[in-house]
Amino acid sequence: MGAYILKRLLAVIPVMFGLTLIVFLIMAMIPGDPATAILGSYATPENVERLNRQLGLDRSLPEQYLIWLGNLLQGDLGRSYSLNRPVLDEVTERFGATLILAGTSLVLCSILGLLAGVVSAVRQYGWTDKVVTFVVLIGISTPSFWLGLLLILLFAVQWRLFPASGMYAIYGGGDLPDLLHHLVLPAATLSVVATGVIARLTRTAMLEVLRQDYIRTARAKGLRESRVIWRHAFKAALVGVIPVIGIQAGFVMGGAVYIETVFQWPGIGSMLVTAISTRDLLLVQGGVLVVAAAYVLFNLCADVVQTLLDPRLR
Amino acid sequence: MGRAARSSAPAGRARRTGAWALLARNHLAVAGLGVVTFVCLVALAAPLLPLADPNATAPADRLLRPGEGGHLLGTDALGRDLLSRLVWGARVSIAVGLSATLIAAAVGSLIGLVAGYAGGRVDNWLMRGIDMVMAFPYILLALAIVAVLGPGLLNALYAIAIVNVPFFARNIRGITLGLARREFVDAARLSGKSHPRILLTEVLPNVLPVIVITMSTTVGWMILETAGLSFLGLGAQPPQSDLGSMLGEGRRVLFTHPHVSVVPGLAILVLVMGINLLGDGIRDVLDPRLKSGALSRPVARTAVRRTAVPERQDHPGAVLELQGMETEFHVGGQVYRAVGGVDLHLAPGECVGLVGESGSGKSVTAMSVMGLVPTPPGRIAGGAAWLDGSDLFALSDEEIRQRRGRDVAHVFQDPLGTLHPLHTVGAQLVEAIRAHRPMPRTEAEAAACDLLALVRIPNPAERMQAFPHELSGGMRQRVCIAMGLANDPSVLIADEPTTALDVTVQAQVLALMDRLRRERDSAILFITHDFGVVSAICDRVAVMYAGRIVETGPTDEILAAPAHPYTDRLIACVPVLGAPDRRLEAISGRPPVVNALPPGCAFADRCPRARDECRVGDIALVEQGGGRAVRCLFPMEREVADG
Repeated sequence: MGAYILKRLLAVIPVMFGLTLIVFLIMAMIPGDPATAILGSYATPENVERLNRQLGLDRSLPEQYLIWLGNLLQGDLGRSYSLNRPVLDEVTERFGATLILAGTSLVLCSILGLLAGVVSAVRQYGWTDKVVTFVVLIGISTPSFWLGLLLILLFAVQWRLFPASGMYAIYGGGDLPDLLHHLVLPAATLSVVATGVIARLTRTAMLEVLRQDYIRTARAKGLRESRVIWRHAFKAALVGVIPVIGIQAGFVMGGAVYIETVFQWPGIGSMLVTAISTRDLLLVQGGVLVVAAAYVLFNLCADVVQTLLDPRLR
Repeated sequence: MGRAARSSAPAGRARRTGAWALLARNHLAVAGLGVVTFVCLVALAAPLLPLADPNATAPADRLLRPGEGGHLLGTDALGRDLLSRLVWGARVSIAVGLSATLIAAAVGSLIGLVAGYAGGRVDNWLMRGIDMVMAFPYILLALAIVAVLGPGLLNALYAIAIVNVPFFARNIRGITLGLARREFVDAARLSGKSHPRILLTEVLPNVLPVIVITMSTTVGWMILETAGLSFLGLGAQPPQSDLGSMLGEGRRVLFTHPHVSVVPGLAILVLVMGINLLGDGIRDVLDPRLKSGALSRPVARTAVRRTAVPERQDHPGAVLELQGMETEFHVGGQVYRAVGGVDLHLAPGECVGLVGESGSGKSVTAMSVMGLVPTPPGRIAGGAAWLDGSDLFALSDEEIRQRRGRDVAHVFQDPLGTLHPLHTVGAQLVEAIRAHRPMPRTEAEAAACDLLALVRIPNPAERMQAFPHELSGGMRQRVCIAMGLANDPSVLIADEPTTALDVTVQAQVLALMDRLRRERDSAILFITHDFGVVSAICDRVAVMYAGRIVETGPTDEILAAPAHPYTDRLIACVPVLGAPDRRLEAISGRPPVVNALPPGCAFADRCPRARDECRVGDIALVEQGGGRAVRCLFPMEREVADG
């Protein structure tokens, strides 16, 4: 088991390098002069020249990559020109907020999605199944940014139950209850689509498992149906669903871009949107890299959990 | 039986020709098709419709509510007609979504085809690249691309297309990989066709359904994501607008005039939902594995649909009596009578063999007793099973659950598939014990360990921690037998318990079962197709054909002098040790399909002795004395006696 985790950890290293390579190549795709793109069209030629040297853009592409990678490994992601502070500082500050939002949503969508999927499969073709299937279909077809607006209209404007934006109250907030109060609407919105996807796959996985011979064995032993469903069928289905939950982590972190914008959540997503519109490409680069790295690490965790559950994978 | 039900060729042909008919039967998919067609038609006809100019601003009419001033859906912050903008916006959204899908499908499929077809290093490198792209959170990569290319509808389209390429590449590669090693591709290669031509003419047509499925399940996503980019102000730029950018503009007046953002959002929801419904329908039609019904969940117990409960005919001293038991499968309007009225009784300590070819209904008979036949499609249609005098088919679900494993236990054929792969064998044994005898875990563990020792598993304490895949086939079957014996059942139903094992292990398991039933006085119903196994363990034997018992009697006598021609042929199929020259005669023909049984004797078509009388009326199981009975008008024994 320990050896397996080590092996998986080692396998992450090339993936991480791949990530940096792709991010680097995307940035190299910038049409025209990158320094001008970064500094904006009003930059003086001296500044462009200096940045070009600073970024090593006067060298060959592989050389540029190595220099860039070297800086990256030392924690130097460059300086955001629009915020006039190191990219790393801004990104780490904002990443915490995204992690709180995305993490909560992921927990929420896993619990709800698994539950809905199991109930739906167990009551296959019953009215519970039909209702769940239909709600799930609406969930995965809803534009999450629009749903966020609707929830703000209803819960924040109409009924005044939850705040419409931000992470903490401006006056007198800052504690955990305040955070949770602000978290409800964005986390709920963000988890809708992922809940639907997980519910759908759980239902299919459960139906697949429930036809297996070992479920017949469990029933032949005279186990209670609840035990057959949860201890036998669900456990086996979960092994197949966990990688999907890992993938949903990516969708949730990506979807955070919309939700953070709608709810003005001070995370990486809203930072990225602002950075793109101000053409602060180094900030975009840093934000994308950090979130992608987190996603890779999360998938690693999903892999390890799957292996813990399934002895055949060890 | 299940095999016979599934492998009906005409049904397969009907599916292929009737793809549209099948889609039409799926009401949700039809509704989706309706929505999509309607939206697309309206979008296409936008220039012809009597709509206001979507870009004509009218400051005086700004932010009218729906219905006001002749504007059906109201106006936006610049006084533009929302209905008109909705139609024109939908036009843009659909066009962008479809284009992105087509680009992603073309590029992704090409990568997948080449990778799967070429294999080896090409495959490796291409798929590594795809994995790298997939290592990014979906939307984030699109954002990065838009960040570099600059905001704009066309750039958003490219970004969304690129992000979706991996889905196509992976799916298509998987299928191509399988196809590239098939005979028809080899044949094309040998005939001198070039690789591109083989890909285009031989492989592509076969992967087309997968491409269509992937397209139909991703196009909704792509429309949502392009709308999202536009909503963020990174897609459509004014004056151009799609549904997403309308929503983004509406957000600015959300609190005062919600209709400006509610309307376009609702339009996206309806459109995407229509596409998803249709996509699911298409997937169900094209992917036979997901065909509705194939994934039906078996419920905890076989449904009982008896018209009448038979009067009990008592066999003194019997622990289990089957009386006229009928089990049917209802599949696609057809009724398969897998078990057509079986009578059987078992005394304590007795081992009765139930013999027949695959598809004869012997397994279904065994599963029916405790309601383990999957419903749907199975159901018990008649007869009774008496266990110690109580009718098993009349018990409640909870009562039958309590008897399963406690009074009647099962041992199944494939011990790898029948043990839970994720629980240790110890845990599964403990569970079997505690299901009927609540006791502390440690106590149950000790009992489980004893059971493993009883079935002669070496190092039982150590083996308790093993997972099924860590044991050999013979060991696994011993575990299954131990599990069956966990609660000292009065009846053990063993369904081909030795078929999956090799011969030496088979002999050991048979000896074990024989010893255990003598020691514990359990009755065994032993299902097998092998008369060699029957002779080793069974006191009596019942031969099944097409869902009915055709002959029954003491094992020795039947082996020595079979009365039914079918029994005779079955016995002739068993190789005899030391007689290598003996001709092994296969039975010509196949058992009849049980949804269309011929009148008279079901075996008549394969029977060399059949006469015209054999093909009319119902042929009864006739007692011959000495516990023997045969369902044959011209049994062999009499002919032998006649000389």
